[in-house]
Amino acid sequence: MLLFAALYYLFPLYVMITTSLKGMPEVRLGNIFAPPMEVTFAPWVKAWDSACTGLYCEGLKPGFWNSVKITVPSTIISVLIAAVNGYALVNWRFKGSEIFFTVLLFGSFIPYQVMLYPLVIITAQLKVFGTLQGVVLIHTIFGMPILTLLFRNYFASLPPELFKAARVDGAGFWRIFFEIMVPMSLPIFVVAVILQVTGIWNDFLFGVVFAGTTNYPMTVQAQ
Amino acid sequence: MADLSHSRSASAGSAANGSRRLFHNLFVRNFSAKLAATPMIMTVLIVFIGCTAWTIFYSFTNSRSLPSGELVGFDQYTRLFSNRRWNASVLNIMTYGVTSLCFTMVVGFLLAVFMDQKIRFESAFRTVFLYPFALSFIVTGLVWQWIMNPAFGLQAAVQSWGFTSFTFDWLKNRNMVVYALVIAGLWQGTGFVMVLLLAGLRGIDEEIWKAARVDGIPTWKTYIFVVLPMMRGVIVTTLVIVGSGIVRLYDLVVAMTQGGPGISSEVPAKYVYNYMFGAGNLGQGLAASSVMLLTVFIILIPWMLIEFRPKSHS
Repeated sequence: MLLFAALYYLFPLYVMITTSLKGMPEVRLGNIFAPPMEVTFAPWVKAWDSACTGLYCEGLKPGFWNSVKITVPSTIISVLIAAVNGYALVNWRFKGSEIFFTVLLFGSFIPYQVMLYPLVIITAQLKVFGTLQGVVLIHTIFGMPILTLLFRNYFASLPPELFKAARVDGAGFWRIFFEIMVPMSLPIFVVAVILQVTGIWNDFLFGVVFAGTTNYPMTVQAQ
Repeated sequence: MADLSHSRSASAGSAANGSRRLFHNLFVRNFSAKLAATPMIMTVLIVFIGCTAWTIFYSFTNSRSLPSGELVGFDQYTRLFSNRRWNASVLNIMTYGVTSLCFTMVVGFLLAVFMDQKIRFESAFRTVFLYPFALSFIVTGLVWQWIMNPAFGLQAAVQSWGFTSFTFDWLKNRNMVVYALVIAGLWQGTGFVMVLLLAGLRGIDEEIWKAARVDGIPTWKTYIFVVLPMMRGVIVTTLVIVGSGIVRLYDLVVAMTQGGPGISSEVPAKYVYNYMFGAGNLGQGLAASSVMLLTVFIILIPWMLIEFRPKSHS
């Protein structure tokens, strides 16, 4: 049963790899099960360098670098903001902080399409519509609910005595954060980064709406 | 709290003092924490509340390519539900949703149960089931489009083995194309459901299993009548995650079928996008997205009832 299911899951990967190593005539012969008769990496080179997407024939290369340029800053900024935010929500509660957090969680269920157009107007007003900064901003916003939840729950699981002791010793908000909380929360940072990198790398909708034609990420180009 | 009320009674009657205190409470006290939470507060107020309210408001206007303030009541909604393409979209997403939800839960649960039997190579299997979840819907769509392409894919391969009457042309078949989407969607998402449910299974107390064994209840019966009801929390969470993902379905359709053949695989999210940015009919797009919002809200209600109901004493 498990092996059978595993076949269903592995088959597309097999097709993806074998077909990509075949030359065009062999692909047209059309047996997707057959392993390639002669392995050729030409399609990979072509896809990277010279395949045509839309009007441009530079392959996926620019899209790949755009994806990198979007993913790296979005991940760093959103993870940092969420970490500080989660820490404030656990150790420095203020009036209304829990309410905002609850709304934030519910907000993550709102379909993106609902907020798409107003966000276009807002980013246009901020003069970042159709730029890399624009997409980064959008990814930071929509990464916030899940990341904040992640960090909040993690910080809440740390022993509160640590925080209290540091307070007694006179450490402030940022000092406790950087010298105690961050060094203790490496695993959750790793989880958050993985989550964001895969999520943003695979994003399509925000890329196509907010990035602008010259900054299209790879997902938009490949489609 | 105590010192606050004390100082308030001390300065009672002085309005200037009161407003200074308000300013102090709002901005100075716990300043760093509020600064740190500013992005969250802005996101909640401007994006989640503000933008949603904006969309709902303008869905009652006759906006064409730019938002305008002319209110027309429920006109956009009446027009929406008399639009052939929208109705097809709703029907498609319902078919997709029900089929995909049933299969993903049943298959995900079965896989989780099998994984729970202390099998060998568990982590290898887990990787195999979970790797598609790390791929984008775009890649998923492209691969399955290739596999299901009648000229190159599975159909051609099986026919070349001699089964010439074999047909597998769901992508070109108006009645079956939605199920083609289901197959690809299941491939991408079931692994994640399995992991969630497996975590739920592992959270069940060993004592339950021992008790069931002592009572001589067969394993399958224990799973269905004892373990499954105990996993209600995990199952509802999974349903909510899967459900709100289904409502959003967009990338997969764009990559795999482009809504075709004809309009037989159109979905609401694509309708919204096309009317907002393509057809220059903003009011329609906004009305359609408001309907999507309402749907998600309805999906969320059972979850909210379970999560936030008053805790019973038993």
